[in-house]
Amino acid sequence: MPEVRFLFLGREEFNVLARTGVPTAEDIAEVMPSKERLAKGAVAMIECFQKIPCDPCYHSCKRQAIQPFADINDRPRLDHDKCNGCAMCLSRCPGLAIFIIDQTYSADKALIKIPYEYLPLPAEGHVVDAVNRAGQTVGEAQVVKVQSSEKLEGTNIVWLAVPHHLAMEVRHFKVKEVR
Amino acid sequence: MRYTEICIIGGGPAGLTAALKAAGLGAEVTLVDRNDYLGGQLIKQTHRFFGSKQQRASERGINIARELSAAVLNNDKIKVLTEATVLGYYEDGVVAVEQHDKFIKIKPQKLIVATGGAEKTLAFPNNDLPGIYGAGAVQTLVNVNGVKPGKKVLMVGAGNIGVIVSYQLIQAGVEVAAIIEAAPTIGAYWVHASKVVRAGVPIYTSHTIKRAWGDQELEGATVVKLDENWQPIAGTEIDFDVDVICLSVGLSPLTELLWQAGCKMAYVPELCGHVPLRNENLETSIPGIYVAGDVGGIEEASAAMMEGALAGLNAAKSLGYHAPDFAEQRAGVLKELEGLRSGPVGEKIRSGLAKVVL
Repeated sequence: MPEVRFLFLGREEFNVLARTGVPTAEDIAEVMPSKERLAKGAVAMIECFQKIPCDPCYHSCKRQAIQPFADINDRPRLDHDKCNGCAMCLSRCPGLAIFIIDQTYSADKALIKIPYEYLPLPAEGHVVDAVNRAGQTVGEAQVVKVQSSEKLEGTNIVWLAVPHHLAMEVRHFKVKEVR
Repeated sequence: MRYTEICIIGGGPAGLTAALKAAGLGAEVTLVDRNDYLGGQLIKQTHRFFGSKQQRASERGINIARELSAAVLNNDKIKVLTEATVLGYYEDGVVAVEQHDKFIKIKPQKLIVATGGAEKTLAFPNNDLPGIYGAGAVQTLVNVNGVKPGKKVLMVGAGNIGVIVSYQLIQAGVEVAAIIEAAPTIGAYWVHASKVVRAGVPIYTSHTIKRAWGDQELEGATVVKLDENWQPIAGTEIDFDVDVICLSVGLSPLTELLWQAGCKMAYVPELCGHVPLRNENLETSIPGIYVAGDVGGIEEASAAMMEGALAGLNAAKSLGYHAPDFAEQRAGVLKELEGLRSGPVGEKIRSGLAKVVL
């Protein structure tokens, strides 16, 4: 638990995420589904590393895969085995911190579902720049689908196909040659 | 002279909720706001809110503003005066208001002050160049008027406002060169910070602005790294070629009317300035004057709505209005507020509020 680590030391500056906004490999490892679970298909990854008063993800999960919050400041705890990657939580998270990963999408590609609130929206079939958590382009991704309905209230969901080795890296994308 | 049971000053999240709760109990309310719309800062908040279901988490502020305003305008217990500026509060309990060049006197039995906060600024050479704005102004331009403030922005301050306004600027198609923050850590919720960082905006903590440059208008800024004693480190300067500097360096409570009314005040750094002492009903040292929202200490919109609810309920109750579920309503609001302030990010607020109890 990163916050336990720095609170214990009494030195917030030890926390890289708090200084840069970029979660560390250690932070990520803590919320990553097991290899076995990833091998079974779509599953959510909740990249929420701070105790803040917020709980819409818990209320959005119909399968109760997100464990009940004793305190609204609790960080979400996801039971990866109960999660089927439905993405209900993804568009409800005010922090846009939830992603769906499907490592079983195809032999050479993984599918990532990303919450996206920028314009222009890409279209199915577009090739976009695949971007990591630090804002760096790490490769290319193909847009598989764009979900954009009134029900999503402005938080669109973009499905990206990326090479397997980038499934845990890519969390954003840039539409090429615009602006 | 106009008479009213409860006068509420400020039509933001706190004032609107106070009006609805007080009117819900049966009280007759007059709500005064200097803008030509209701909703306060909520009307610029296009992002989804944090918080609990009861505080309308995951909804966008702009939608909350629309709903609360409509509910207030459709409630015949509430009389709304917009484009009306409160000029003063007199010893005999009269609120002086200017509206459309007319001087209006309102005599309420109870007063709820929900005036919010004002943005702070920052001193540095050339901070008066055109192109240097407060974050609230940038948000008004972009989210209310649909005007880009410029092409490339340097954001000063990595609190929630600085980071969210950066996000909204990117959404509007404006480039954000960087966010700088003098403190060693990001003050905003980290999920917000992560969102803008992946969109390509670097955050420089322990950095401050050294000077802005430009002839007739802003052409750029020099930023410098700070050591652990917040002193600039020579040789660490970075130049940013930007046409906008957006200052998001905090707010202070807008308390002039409370001073004028003679409320007991205290300087509480955790609450961002001089704030009124108040009891658990949010009543100040002057009986019948209540406070709600940022005027009592800078917090955020969810807490402001809950405080508004509390002040509205208590003010109406003190006039003899009642509801069978009054105790439940009040306990529910108190529980929500406690939850909001209970975690590590609420520590500052908790310690500040402990100093202002009457």
